[in-house]
Amino acid sequence: MGITGAEMLVRCLEELGVDLVFGYPGGNILPVYDALIGSNIRHVLVRQEQGAVHAASGYARVTGKAGVCLATSGPGATNLVTGIATAYMDSIPLVVFTGQVPTIMVGTDAFQEVDITGITIPITKHNYLVKDVDELPRVIKEAFHIATTGRTGPVVVDLPKDVSSAVCKAKPPQEVELRGYKPNYQGHPTQIRNLARLIQEARRPVIYAGGGVIRSGASDLLRTLAERVKAPVTTTLMGIGGFPEDHPLSLGMLGMHGTPYANLAVQECDVLIGLGVRFDDRVTAAVEHFAPRAKVVHVDIDPAEIGKNVLVDLPIVGDLRLVLTDLLELVEEKDHQEWLDTVYAWRRERPLAYGSPDVLRPQYVLAKLGELTRHRAIITTDVGQHQMWTAQHYGFVRPGSFLTSGGLGTMGYGFPAALGAQLGAPDTLVIAVTGDGSFQMHMAEMATAVQEGLPVKILLFNNNSLGMVRQLQHFFCNRRYTAVDMVNPDFMKLAECYGAAGLRIQQPAEVEPVLTEAINNGRLTIIECIISDTELVYPVVPGTKGLHEMIEYTEEN
Amino acid sequence: MKHTLAVLVENRPGVLTRIAGLFSRRGFNIDSLAVGRTENPSVSRMTIVVEGDDRIIEQVCKQLHKLIDVIKLNDITEEEYVDRELILIKVHAEPNNRTEIMQIVDIFRARIVDIGRNTLIIEATGDQGKINAIESALRPFGIREVVRTGKIAMVRGAKHKTETNGKTIV
Repeated sequence: MGITGAEMLVRCLEELGVDLVFGYPGGNILPVYDALIGSNIRHVLVRQEQGAVHAASGYARVTGKAGVCLATSGPGATNLVTGIATAYMDSIPLVVFTGQVPTIMVGTDAFQEVDITGITIPITKHNYLVKDVDELPRVIKEAFHIATTGRTGPVVVDLPKDVSSAVCKAKPPQEVELRGYKPNYQGHPTQIRNLARLIQEARRPVIYAGGGVIRSGASDLLRTLAERVKAPVTTTLMGIGGFPEDHPLSLGMLGMHGTPYANLAVQECDVLIGLGVRFDDRVTAAVEHFAPRAKVVHVDIDPAEIGKNVLVDLPIVGDLRLVLTDLLELVEEKDHQEWLDTVYAWRRERPLAYGSPDVLRPQYVLAKLGELTRHRAIITTDVGQHQMWTAQHYGFVRPGSFLTSGGLGTMGYGFPAALGAQLGAPDTLVIAVTGDGSFQMHMAEMATAVQEGLPVKILLFNNNSLGMVRQLQHFFCNRRYTAVDMVNPDFMKLAECYGAAGLRIQQPAEVEPVLTEAINNGRLTIIECIISDTELVYPVVPGTKGLHEMIEYTEEN
Repeated sequence: MKHTLAVLVENRPGVLTRIAGLFSRRGFNIDSLAVGRTENPSVSRMTIVVEGDDRIIEQVCKQLHKLIDVIKLNDITEEEYVDRELILIKVHAEPNNRTEIMQIVDIFRARIVDIGRNTLIIEATGDQGKINAIESALRPFGIREVVRTGKIAMVRGAKHKTETNGKTIV
């Protein structure tokens, strides 16, 4: 008498060091839930499956381990899809197990049957439909290996009910053997030498750092490089935290809503060193006008990213941490004070500006939040204006402290991700910054937070409007606003009915005391900031323009 | 320009879907795709003909490489290779022009594999130039139906055996 596939799954998870899974049960995943009874693995019951994936993503970003979720077949599986796509776009390691109808019924349109492997092919790094229980131990091992190595990403394993209940005789293999999967970690020595030479010759260098810096744990090396060659550093949205924003060489975020000085530096630089980035359209704006004077360097672990969006003069495929280690052996101290003076002058003269402080401004709230948390909280965001304001004004200094849906731009990401982050970092203050639109996409997870005892703070900017859509209509639809006004619930009563604390900020003077109270109350808390729907995110670079052609804040607009 | 890619993949269900899906999702155009098992039963070989400039072909190759089920990939366009395609042509054939059709079949070293009341089915193999030529030579008689397999290709000489350790591109 052996153990079942489901029991084998639980045993493999334990051996892989998984101690936490997020999920939602249902008929075809029942054997797995049954096998979880008595295991060391904690299960967090979410309120909708998408919440499980986002939470697993938050957990993965904070711990560096793969996030794991479970869902049943059919609607359980399809509810995961947005979460999986979100993780895929941001290269977050996840292993997702879905129930499936018994193999004999696969293909018959059985109750709660959906072809989740077919659906998720374009949004997973790889996926499996396990048809033979004796393949399961190998598949689980491969799934975790694929998710957590190379360019990390989500892997789906679909488990038909008869497979998870059948007796499994196979043992997990010692080694993973995948002849079609050999990630390249070590950068090419010649190319690294060429990069060192290019850096020595550069007169106006800029480092453009992305999420790869954080994922590969290369923040310290990035800092050493920047300081040694005196190159200013701008980060992408995903790269925020990869370089401390209180550092003199930090230019903050670049791109569509980037800082004027970062965007100008990119347009004027002679060598642009892209590290773990993908030249996304929100970064480049009109790609034909992007960094027109620069030799472009691109270091990335995924060869397919190189040359995809932008022609690259010097490509290096490899793990950033290894590439930078090799590179630092070759680069010497450098100085280009003139260039830095130019960039610093832009920073002085064209800062991130916003409206007068006599009304409540979200930018001010976020700057204050940064101060009060000494820039050391874990901040998650949803998607919209609040996301950009957070990226611009909080002042991140630690890698892995800013969790946001960068690639897919998924509203509803922030709050469930904050729950996962809090579980991954129980002693750290976790704050979900959100808007009234985004929060309502997954506010049902309030109950999960209560059930799990998670003291997450929800900083909710309420303008009774879908602010970013409204802003797009403002700039690009001749201010013809439509489908953006929201009639919202009373968020204070909402907090109360979930047993959470509810605090409201309406005046600038209330910001500091209320935030301080929330930070210290040790409870799940909604902090609602009432802001105007006319507040806009500046600067804005229209998609058809170059980065230097941004619309900046002025008192008139 | 057309490129010919020789792709070794795991012989598993769903692999064709992954590859076809990749092409459609990223907007690459497949000219033809032929697939079958190799001397190693766990490995299939695809010959994919794809149209695009160098940058597109580079992306096609890199994206194909990212698929876990792709074991090895070579762009053999610039190499010396043998390529073949099989075509079946059902051509309209009245008794009075059958001789002429049979002469064309002879010239192309093709074969007649079926005779109907007023049709012939002709089987031909060859490179794409020859296949195109026989198709146009028969067109005046009235082509009823055509089936082509798509191109398969193999590099001449000793290299590019079905060895499966490691991928080659970048």
